[in-house]
Amino acid sequence: MSITGTEIKLEQKYTSLFNDSKTSLDKVVSENVSSQRDKAIQLFEEKGIPNKKVEHYKYTNMVPLFEESYNVDFEHEVFKKNLSEVFNCNVHDLEATTIYLINGWYYRKNQLPETLPEGVLIGSFAEFSKSHPELFEKHYNQYAKNDEDSLVALNTAFAQDGFFIYIPKGVVIEKPIQIVNIMHSEQDLMAFPRNLVVIEENAQAKILLCEHTLSENKFLLNGVTEAYVDKNAVFDIYNIQNQHNLTTNVSSVFVKQKQHSSALTHNLTLHTGVTRNNIYIDMDDEHCESHVYGLFISDKNQHVDNFSFIDHAKPNCYSEELFKGVLDDAATAAFAGKIMVRPDAQKTNAFQRNDNLLLTENAKINTKPMLEIYADDVKCSHGATVGQLDEKAMFYLRSRGISKEESRILLMYAFAYEAVEKIRVPALREQIRDLVEHVFRGELNKCHSCALCGQESNGGYSCM
Amino acid sequence: MLEIKDLHAKIDDKEILRGINLTVKPGEVHAIMGPNGSGKSTLSSVLAGSEAFEVSEGSASFYGKNLLDMPAEDRAREGLFYSFQYPVEIPGVSMVNFMRTAVNEQRKYNNEKPYSASEFLKLMREKKKLVEIDSNLTNRSVNEGFSGGEKKKNEIFQMAMLQPKVSILDETDSGLDIDALRIVANGVNKLKNENNATIVITHYQRLLDYIVPDYVHVLYKGRIVMSAGKELAYELEEKGYDWIKKQFED
Ligand SMILES: Nc1ncnc2c1ncn2[C@@H]1O[C@H](COP(=O)(O)OP(=O)(O)O)[C@@H](O)[C@H]1O
Ligand SMILES: [Mg+2]
Repeated sequence: MSITGTEIKLEQKYTSLFNDSKTSLDKVVSENVSSQRDKAIQLFEEKGIPNKKVEHYKYTNMVPLFEESYNVDFEHEVFKKNLSEVFNCNVHDLEATTIYLINGWYYRKNQLPETLPEGVLIGSFAEFSKSHPELFEKHYNQYAKNDEDSLVALNTAFAQDGFFIYIPKGVVIEKPIQIVNIMHSEQDLMAFPRNLVVIEENAQAKILLCEHTLSENKFLLNGVTEAYVDKNAVFDIYNIQNQHNLTTNVSSVFVKQKQHSSALTHNLTLHTGVTRNNIYIDMDDEHCESHVYGLFISDKNQHVDNFSFIDHAKPNCYSEELFKGVLDDAATAAFAGKIMVRPDAQKTNAFQRNDNLLLTENAKINTKPMLEIYADDVKCSHGATVGQLDEKAMFYLRSRGISKEESRILLMYAFAYEAVEKIRVPALREQIRDLVEHVFRGELNKCHSCALCGQESNGGYSCM
Repeated sequence: MLEIKDLHAKIDDKEILRGINLTVKPGEVHAIMGPNGSGKSTLSSVLAGSEAFEVSEGSASFYGKNLLDMPAEDRAREGLFYSFQYPVEIPGVSMVNFMRTAVNEQRKYNNEKPYSASEFLKLMREKKKLVEIDSNLTNRSVNEGFSGGEKKKNEIFQMAMLQPKVSILDETDSGLDIDALRIVANGVNKLKNENNATIVITHYQRLLDYIVPDYVHVLYKGRIVMSAGKELAYELEEKGYDWIKKQFED
């Protein structure tokens, strides 16, 4: 099935696609998931694809990106190969449980460890929506803000598959759960992955979500992940984005937190075409803590837009936010961080920072803190910096015999490291340190096989 | 080994070095003294290859090679070392990584095999002892949060690691208490031999009690206005710089 741009209104392209595809969309998911579509497509239609007039999309006009033509894979038939034919993740020093999604679909040949603790569910969103309707009724589409962002509504309208993770009360999963989402198609493709994570009381899990593109086609991803983090639970999600220049990736995460829970999100955009990350944290109970981090490293014409909304709805919560950006060539980026401290939320602690390193005069960043504080007994701070490489430090390094290029790499890494150090899984932190160093050395494309560099068939692709 | 002739340098069209002449031979210790703002640090950083200044006239050769043609890193690899008056803090770059990169890039330049991790750590341990530098310091980021004295010790530690032929020590004594001063001076003396040379820049004669110079030069308004033996340092200590200022006022 394919949709092409014509004279019709852009939104209509998507609403007609929706009307034409409803049967296939519904086939794989539960009644509960299907039943939310109509309202969502309506919300989408009312608001349309966000352009720069939409306050929260001021720095990224989505219209031209959504005007392009893409195929869709609602019948789940695009990828028919064995995963190992296109992807060979042979760097598994990281002790992790690894599962794959291909074009947003849960890969049916995933092998889960046999020794998952009792009650833990890891698998296909679509399948679990049918086998565990009670969990979906309780949590699905309860946290995603369809009315705040039309692209989230669009995802809800088209949602079919993705990953589902359920960690029951008191269970602690030590190893990170690694989810690798691979885009691979012979034609330009659009996908709407939808993920749901439920971490019950006193449970813990860490997710590493790696996003890759493995064929040279244009891709549009519009994904949504919802996470429910119950009392005393701990949840981390690290999202590593390494996608080629023809990718548009809209990724929205919604975290709902309960008392004494701790959540961490970390968006590491290492390579992309256009990336828009939405991070919504809803601290809906007392004594929650949240850590919202990001690191984006861009060059050429890449564009990264990070939007976050941290909602201090109840008293005594803590939030800490840090985004760091390194922009080279004509890369552009934006950071907008909204912190809402509601009237009730006394004794709030909220800290936000966004630091950027611009390596050229053509690189550009827009950074905008948005604090709305309606309580009086709070501690909030925010700050943003935009700077260049420190000439004095460059000279110091070079005066010790370190080449200009190597000095640059050391300083770029030094700038980024604060964000990398926020990773609270030590093994993962090690891996990502290496990965980031590769990026600065310009080696990511080559040895991590960005599809545009044509390394795909080598089978040497490593995801981490 | 180092020959500076009629060196002029400026920044923003302001001429700061106005014709420096200086020849340094192996085994020698030269002291450069002079009031604040006379151009001592400028001379050092111009020689080390700072791109902040523009050399408008003159030459500097290092073992017959044109020093001014080389990028800063090559000057270091050729054996020139500059101990900064104000060492730079570089959060996020660990001392170990910094030094390993520096030492190995220098070795590569000189067609030597890079040190293995264990060889390198052994060298570090050795040199740390020499300047009595606290082990903790080398586990931290470069100069980050170091006290003034620790920064200066760290400069000498780096000098020991890189084993330069000519070292320029820019006010390495300032901010040091007497113990630290002795340690730093001892370090410098231990590194000294007949094949290398040291240029000590200082305000006070105090350091020169420990590092005894063969020559003392007075730099004033961008020129070396007086050169003599070590007795000149005592004279300056006694009389201050006013008589020089008077004599060489433009
Ligand atoms: N980066 C700079 N920009 C402008 N002027 C400078 C700069 N660095 C040094 N100068 C000027 O050059 C002169 C010499 O400074 P400096 O070499 O630091 O002297 P010294 O080390 O002898 O105290 C001073 O007048 C100082 O103000
Ligand atoms: Mg000085």
